[in-house]
Amino acid sequence: MRDIALVAFAQTDHRRTSDEHSEVEMLMPVLHQVLDRTGLKTADIGFTCSGSSDYLAGRAFSFTLALDGVGAWPPISESHVEMDGAWALYEAWTKLLAGDADTALVYAYGKSSPGSVRDVLTRQLDPYYVAPLWPDSVALAALQAQALIDAGHTDEPALAGVAARSRRDAADNSHAQLRGSVPHGDYLVRPLRTGDCPPIGDGAAAVILAAGDRARELCERPAWIRGIDHRIEAHGLGVRDLTDSPSTRLAAEKAGAFELPHGLKGMGGAPTVDTAELHAPFTSQEVVLRKALRLDDSVRVNPSGGALAANPIMAAGLIRIGEAAARIHRGESDRALAHATSGPCLQQNLVAVLEGDPR
Amino acid sequence: MPEVLKAPLTLEFPFTRSLGPVQSAFLTGLRERVVLGVRTTDGRTLVPPVEYDPVTAEEIRDLVEVAPTGTVTTWAWNHAPRRGQPLGTPFAWALVRLDGADTALLHALDVPGPDAVHTGMRVRVRWAEERTGAITDIACFEPFDGHAPAELAGCSGEFEDMVTGIVAPARLDYTYSPGRAQSAYIKALSEHRNVGERCPSCRKVYVPPRGACPTCGVATLEQVEVGPHGTVTTFCIVNIKAKNLDIEVPYVYGHIALDGADLALHGRIGGIPYDQVRMGLRVEPVWTEGSRFPDHYRPTGEADADYDTYRELL
Repeated sequence: MRDIALVAFAQTDHRRTSDEHSEVEMLMPVLHQVLDRTGLKTADIGFTCSGSSDYLAGRAFSFTLALDGVGAWPPISESHVEMDGAWALYEAWTKLLAGDADTALVYAYGKSSPGSVRDVLTRQLDPYYVAPLWPDSVALAALQAQALIDAGHTDEPALAGVAARSRRDAADNSHAQLRGSVPHGDYLVRPLRTGDCPPIGDGAAAVILAAGDRARELCERPAWIRGIDHRIEAHGLGVRDLTDSPSTRLAAEKAGAFELPHGLKGMGGAPTVDTAELHAPFTSQEVVLRKALRLDDSVRVNPSGGALAANPIMAAGLIRIGEAAARIHRGESDRALAHATSGPCLQQNLVAVLEGDPR
Repeated sequence: MPEVLKAPLTLEFPFTRSLGPVQSAFLTGLRERVVLGVRTTDGRTLVPPVEYDPVTAEEIRDLVEVAPTGTVTTWAWNHAPRRGQPLGTPFAWALVRLDGADTALLHALDVPGPDAVHTGMRVRVRWAEERTGAITDIACFEPFDGHAPAELAGCSGEFEDMVTGIVAPARLDYTYSPGRAQSAYIKALSEHRNVGERCPSCRKVYVPPRGACPTCGVATLEQVEVGPHGTVTTFCIVNIKAKNLDIEVPYVYGHIALDGADLALHGRIGGIPYDQVRMGLRVEPVWTEGSRFPDHYRPTGEADADYDTYRELL
């Protein structure tokens, strides 16, 4: 199999609202940044793939207008997923693995500010038994949080600790929406307080992937993708054990997270990574993911501040992969795990394992 | 920077959904105050029932009645109910495992406050007074002081007059903003001016502008006034009247390249019999009183444009 690496990453400053910009106006600067960092032009890119959702802005086919920011003439090879950009990256990765392209541009964006995201997300639920009740995203996360508390996996002070650590770490992240000391706040849906929930905001991100020697030409220390896998669980919330995430664990196993670094197979046990960027929009979800991934205190979790510091829907998962890769680019990590989620209560989960060359 | 426009936008749609055999029986059962589950081949009972085993993907059809009483498996206190939710007063969301079921159903639980709810508490269905065959036929759950399951009628899932579909209304409210470029375009239109934007790289003028050159992928910032006259580059004749549209058919819809623009926009062409519209016809916009955009384009009376002047804009 070919070696594929993430060679550039850029993201917008994430803000509560960006209504002075259309989606393409918000997106264009990050597209230019990743191209500038690699010296590539649109015409050099072999495959372009994006992730977004029309439900956020309330307009149909919005991704086609965002394509104006890419420059699709002469005609390009392009695809879109109505999902977080992490899944667009997965598609691009397979395209490169298959040898159909040597470079790929992956981007994702979401503007939550025009609508009420708690209500918008109810439209992804089972339309027969659940969506007619309009249970909002915070309510569903709160059910999961209470299940964790009842099972003794966490308590409200521990959740507050996750929130405080995330936003403290985000103090060094100039793109983050919530940084530094943030009041934990009142209950939004008990047991979750404002501080346990992600900020609602607008933002975009872009990455460039490249294969083999091309990656070495474009980046001093490429973040090699050693594996990616994604898994989904039953859509019925009452069918699942909300205190666990077997889909995350299986995706991590198939992505090679529990194996020793490249070339040294097969010890099993705890992930042999130094960094984990987890897409946990709610504090309680970090508890579930840490358990599913068997992460101990030796692993640096969400040094970027994670989704609790900035959660532009449809881009937040891609940003986790980008942040993990950027740490490898900067030499702050040698092997990192990145995770993205979608759906209520961690229904769908994607895990990627990234590695830098030995130093 | 000119003021960015904003306007309320409501998306509303009644989704009509057909039900398969299992969902049909379940929702008809609710109408008759009966809760049904479905038995998997390994003996578990799923409530609410599904047509395929979530573990094996096997088709399952074995309907069994379960009790309208059950136990809370987890909950969350919702002190500020939102539009469309089952109760207008503060309530608990709860996953409830009904007696006889192995999985839990999501619904609202009507209790006075968070201190009145706990995992493991006993609850029962409160039926809606008017039931139509929908999940909302369960008004909510309420506390139940008994531990023994309620008695069952022994329903097999056969009913007269089965519910075969539901209508699920959806409504989302937005505050729509078109962003900088389109705001400037719409504002100029209200002053009866057509304003495009020029690409700094290929020098093409786009109208309406969207803030980016789709060819070069760079921001377009330089405003350029175009028109008001333009040329019909292509057209079609519409013979079917759209609902709520106050225009007599047949009418002509055309692509119009405004003078100075490198992209044709589209609009209705009027003031000329429909069968006399032609490529190359010179037209100008017609604004009606108080309108923020041209109602249609009409002939200017100029000689037709030479094909070579607009061939690149087709």
